[in-house]
Amino acid sequence: MPPDTLEFEEPIAVLLKEIEALSMLPQTVERQGLIDELNQRIESIRADIYARLTPWQRVLVARHPNRPTVLDYVNRMFTDFTEISGDRRFADDRAMVAGFARYKNEPVMIVGHHKGAGGDTKQKIFRNFGYARPEGYRKALRAMKLAEKFSRAVIAFIDTPAAYPGVESEERGIAEAIAFNLREMAALDAPIVVVVHGEGGSGGALGIAIGDRILMHEFAIYSVIPPEGCAAILWRDSSRKVEAAEALKLTAPDLLGLGLIDEIVPEPTGGAHTNHELATSLLDSALERALGEVSAMDSAARLEARYQKFRAMGNIGIEGE
Amino acid sequence: MAWFKKTRTPIASTSEKPSRVPEGLWVKCPGCAQVIYNKDLEKNLQVCPKCSHHFRISAADRLRSLFDDGRWTEHFPDLISNDPLKFTDTRPYRDRLRGTIAKTGMNDAVIVATGALDGADIVVAAMEYSFIGGSMGVVVGEKITRAIEMALERRQPVIIISCSGGARMMEGALSLMQMAKVSAALARLDRARLPFVSILTDPTTGGVTASFAMLGDLNIAEPKALIGFAGPRVIEQTIRQKLPEGFQRSEFLVEHGMLDLIVDRRDLKATMSRALQFMRAEAAQPVEPPPVPVTSGTSSEPTR
Repeated sequence: MPPDTLEFEEPIAVLLKEIEALSMLPQTVERQGLIDELNQRIESIRADIYARLTPWQRVLVARHPNRPTVLDYVNRMFTDFTEISGDRRFADDRAMVAGFARYKNEPVMIVGHHKGAGGDTKQKIFRNFGYARPEGYRKALRAMKLAEKFSRAVIAFIDTPAAYPGVESEERGIAEAIAFNLREMAALDAPIVVVVHGEGGSGGALGIAIGDRILMHEFAIYSVIPPEGCAAILWRDSSRKVEAAEALKLTAPDLLGLGLIDEIVPEPTGGAHTNHELATSLLDSALERALGEVSAMDSAARLEARYQKFRAMGNIGIEGE
Repeated sequence: MAWFKKTRTPIASTSEKPSRVPEGLWVKCPGCAQVIYNKDLEKNLQVCPKCSHHFRISAADRLRSLFDDGRWTEHFPDLISNDPLKFTDTRPYRDRLRGTIAKTGMNDAVIVATGALDGADIVVAAMEYSFIGGSMGVVVGEKITRAIEMALERRQPVIIISCSGGARMMEGALSLMQMAKVSAALARLDRARLPFVSILTDPTTGGVTASFAMLGDLNIAEPKALIGFAGPRVIEQTIRQKLPEGFQRSEFLVEHGMLDLIVDRRDLKATMSRALQFMRAEAAQPVEPPPVPVTSGTSSEPTR
């Protein structure tokens, strides 16, 4: 299988191989027709597969190495991006990106996890695979406080497996860093739009994901624990991840149904990784609308609405008075 | 003799025994192996008289030890989870819940109580470990949020006693969002200048640590309590090394600046009393928004 196709995309991989073989031969009109036909078949098979992905398959798509990163979106959708660094306490965390840019000509602050793009191991290590440390969360909050100070909107891009589970994370207070962000973002006097575009990994995701609008990509996931971890604890067998993914209700339609997100951002057929350009323009229209709505509110009303939004989360699971 | 020797030992699982609420007449202390008469242990707030090992205590016993005359009023005891995800692992969550409710006589893993501590009116939320590991699902999140809102209304201090493995997996992302919900309420409490004391007991991990447990005006822990974000086993798998002795224990957290102090359970009430006198909720005035400077443009008067 080509490296970029996922395990459930095998029918596509077979056709891709055929095309590859055909295109090695000298080009003829007939042969080109055959290739076009195969491409069409790929499109229809892909549409078919992606119309009914299982939760576990969505986990794989959400983790696809070619999925657009925060910087892919920033480069396509924003202008004049200036990255800023450091938490002014300990270090700069490359798993967390922060910086200001223009969106529709209006200055905004951007924060987001970055896993390291493509199959490039060097870059992945540079970004610590998107596992942010305490200083990442503190950098993000510092950036958001800047936005508050100058009355600019914040756009947060969520894509992380989890906060970094290492010794230094605990030593430097990863729990405190996340907790403090939750509290401060709830009361941050600036419009905040959150985009869960890849993997919404538990507290590590939530640590920069409090906002006035929560958008989530069609094939993104958002979960209290990775399916593998859940399976290891509850089934005592991490290979039961497929069932765990099912049980956890971690897909975008699930979260919309549970009232935890506001809107699903559609993706190109076959996932955002197959067409960054189209993925960007689909996000662009959703983001513009959401940002317009929350920016138009006065700040007291916006903060009250944000409070009530999170205040109501989970109440569908409660009975009794 | 072989040229090369395997020096790396496989990851060993931590083999400490969990401290349990003792049953029976005599209890052997896991700290010093002393055999203790159960009644003596009870009188001593479940602390070993010889080595001060802190046995885990129930939420109700905890409240009894803090409130004047051991009396309090419970709030929202009837809130109950309806298993919103219809979650099933090796057995249905619904059955697990039903069994735990029958066993503990509680509807979920926290008690919200009001009463007096040395005469000062306070709102307390105490977590119960024997209820699915004290995990935080939608009911725990809602009850703690209501406790904070009640304190805001009454202008009283909030004390949350954590004893929890973290978010409740069986309620999925709904549990995760309880971290945000409770923290948002604590933001309001903070802006209203009302005191919040977080008491961390063994264990306090995961989403509970990464939300309210770390947000106290004071963070106070019991001795040698396990406190952290990621579980020790997850960290060992990440770094592929055995963790040092005392890692993620109260003393480790004080050393790294995450806790204000460690207090022996027998001194907790007196410490709380002193803290609440300092933080005086009754005189609290909410934080005023900064004055907006006059921007008339024509006036050359300096603004304050």
